[in-house]
Amino acid sequence: MKARLMQGNEACAEGALAAGVRFFGGYPITPSTEIAEQMAKELPKVGGTFIQMEDEIGGMAVILGASLGGKKVLTATSGPGFSLKQELIGYAAIAEIPAVIVNVQRVGPSTGQPTSPSQGDIMQIRWGTHGDHPMIALAPWTVREAFDVAVMAVNYAERFRTPVIIAMDEVVGHMREKVVLPEANEIEIYPRRKPTATRAEGYQPFTPAEDLVPNVANFGDGYHIHVTGLIHDETGFPSGNAQLTKECTDRWHQKIARVQDEITHYDEFFMDDAEFVVLAYGGTARSAYAGVEAAREKGIKVGMLRLMTIWPFADKIVKKAAAKAKAILVPEMNYGQLVHEVERAAAGQTQVISLPKYNTEIFEPSEICEAIETMAKEASK
Amino acid sequence: MRTYEKFFRMNRLPHIWCPGCGNGIVMKAIVQAIEKAGLDQDKTVIVSGIGCSSRASGYMNFDTLHTAHGRAIPFATGIKLANPELNVIVITGDGDATAIGGNHFIHGARRNIDLTVVLFNNNIYGMTGGQASPLTPHGKKATTAPYGTVDRAFDPCQLAQAAGATFVARSTTFHVPQTVDAIVQGIGNKGFSLIETITQCPIAYGRKNKLGDAANMLKWMSEHAAPLAAYNKLSDEQKAEKFPIGVLYKGAAPEYSAEYAKLIKQAMEGKK
Ligand SMILES: Cc1ncc(C[n+]2csc(CCOP(=O)(O)OP(=O)(O)O)c2C)c(N)n1
Ligand code: SF4
Repeated sequence: MKARLMQGNEACAEGALAAGVRFFGGYPITPSTEIAEQMAKELPKVGGTFIQMEDEIGGMAVILGASLGGKKVLTATSGPGFSLKQELIGYAAIAEIPAVIVNVQRVGPSTGQPTSPSQGDIMQIRWGTHGDHPMIALAPWTVREAFDVAVMAVNYAERFRTPVIIAMDEVVGHMREKVVLPEANEIEIYPRRKPTATRAEGYQPFTPAEDLVPNVANFGDGYHIHVTGLIHDETGFPSGNAQLTKECTDRWHQKIARVQDEITHYDEFFMDDAEFVVLAYGGTARSAYAGVEAAREKGIKVGMLRLMTIWPFADKIVKKAAAKAKAILVPEMNYGQLVHEVERAAAGQTQVISLPKYNTEIFEPSEICEAIETMAKEASK
Repeated sequence: MRTYEKFFRMNRLPHIWCPGCGNGIVMKAIVQAIEKAGLDQDKTVIVSGIGCSSRASGYMNFDTLHTAHGRAIPFATGIKLANPELNVIVITGDGDATAIGGNHFIHGARRNIDLTVVLFNNNIYGMTGGQASPLTPHGKKATTAPYGTVDRAFDPCQLAQAAGATFVARSTTFHVPQTVDAIVQGIGNKGFSLIETITQCPIAYGRKNKLGDAANMLKWMSEHAAPLAAYNKLSDEQKAEKFPIGVLYKGAAPEYSAEYAKLIKQAMEGKK
């Protein structure tokens, strides 16, 4: 395919379409609106449906309904809208409804700085809805990866029947790059799971398959299933049973935990001889990479870990890096959020240094290079 | 076996509702209307919100969806648009539809999307023990309005009509055949249909307002409901004592899922 100049948001929409998304519901909000606009234009051309809802709660509800109706679904939003979606993100988790939610992060809380980049929702993405639930979140750092992450998010949502969050930030969402997208036949697509038995053969919609994920029938397929946000047994009907409540909670977590290694995506740069490590994600990773290169030129043995999978957190990878590194620097466009996870995973093996930035400006590579130099100097004292 | 019993999940009954509750009457009316309208059981979806009334979906033998408080209409909208051949019926309470879900309710009506919404109006939040709802009549008592509500109540039928619904009817649990008939007509309307059913809640509403038991509450309905034609002939003073029932409004407007299907057809043919 020929190279195209495109924006991160556009690539994200294209990726979702390529992965088979045929339904989008949402409410406009900067800096995510281009995704809705793109879907409004492209979906009908491939027989899909776009609907602009009355608010983000409606946007979340309408995609969950459409998903139960058999469509692969997407919504996109930013901070304030992401907050509104939280109750129903939990609904998708408990009722095991595949859905992908893009959050193009901007500075908050509240209306904050609506057009400025941020990574301030990283913890809300993990814990925003109430109650215990697993979470998958992926953060692209290039326009091309916004496409790939969208394909992957749709596939994971379908395969694990769970909400998946694309943790974009304004930097990647609005950045334009020249990209070559894969051909349709190069893209792997996970199809909607289907019941493998009839009702007469004893099919129950929430009986977990071997991979702990249930093969829930689509509405209209004649199975007469019941779906609820109450804790339910394999029949789909609510139960107040204490043991069942525990087992359900365990299974939701285990269905993701068992594939954690497989779904932990990351890049390592200059790690072979690295004495120091910079851990970054999303738009910040771009500045971090340039900063690391600059520090290398100054003779500092610094490597970089770039996380694409934010949740579940890359405990093993970070732990391994921490065992060798003299210190880990964590630049983030927030007051310091993911750094606490890095500290937890490093488990005291090394020093973890937070480099937060929350003044609406993105990191300059030079700032990161300076922080690396300071880190190296402190360590040699 | 009565013919409509196949539309119930008999193994899920008896229901959880209080003795004398009107919810069962409306639920049965819906099922009888589905039978009368001849809907395909496999192609009919029941979507409910949260509340005593919204528990009805679990007893009904279709694909059923018990959503979150106030959100039945947007979930139902997604189902209908994902698969327009499905008949989608929404069950909702007065709080569910007009308080937390009020915005979705008017926008569903505005789009005139083909949903049949049956609003179980018991004038109170039943499930949470009797707090005031936007349909609690002014001055009536609730646990959160111990001195009587200061709020004024909505008329959900006028609200739906003004917002763009193309079929609006009101009935009561006393007027069962009329309720069934109104739902049949609502199902027949290709567009957004509202059937408000005045439903007794003797426990959380009746007791608090000294309205007597379920039988007394039904008697009150029979004495205060007036078929629309008769209601229209009353003086303003007489009207204040009554409320109209029957089909209150029928309109014609393009239906959302059909309109969108046209748009898809055009887009796929490459027209702008
Ligand atoms: C977001 C949210 N807020 C509040 C509640 C608590 N709640 C459950 S049902 C209900 C009111 C139900 O009243 P109504 O819709 O009139 O139905 P009824 O129980 O009377 O049939 C409330 C407030 C909830 N479940 N979710
Ligand atoms: S509280 Fe009222 S509405 Fe709820 S089940 Fe009891 S009688 Fe019915």
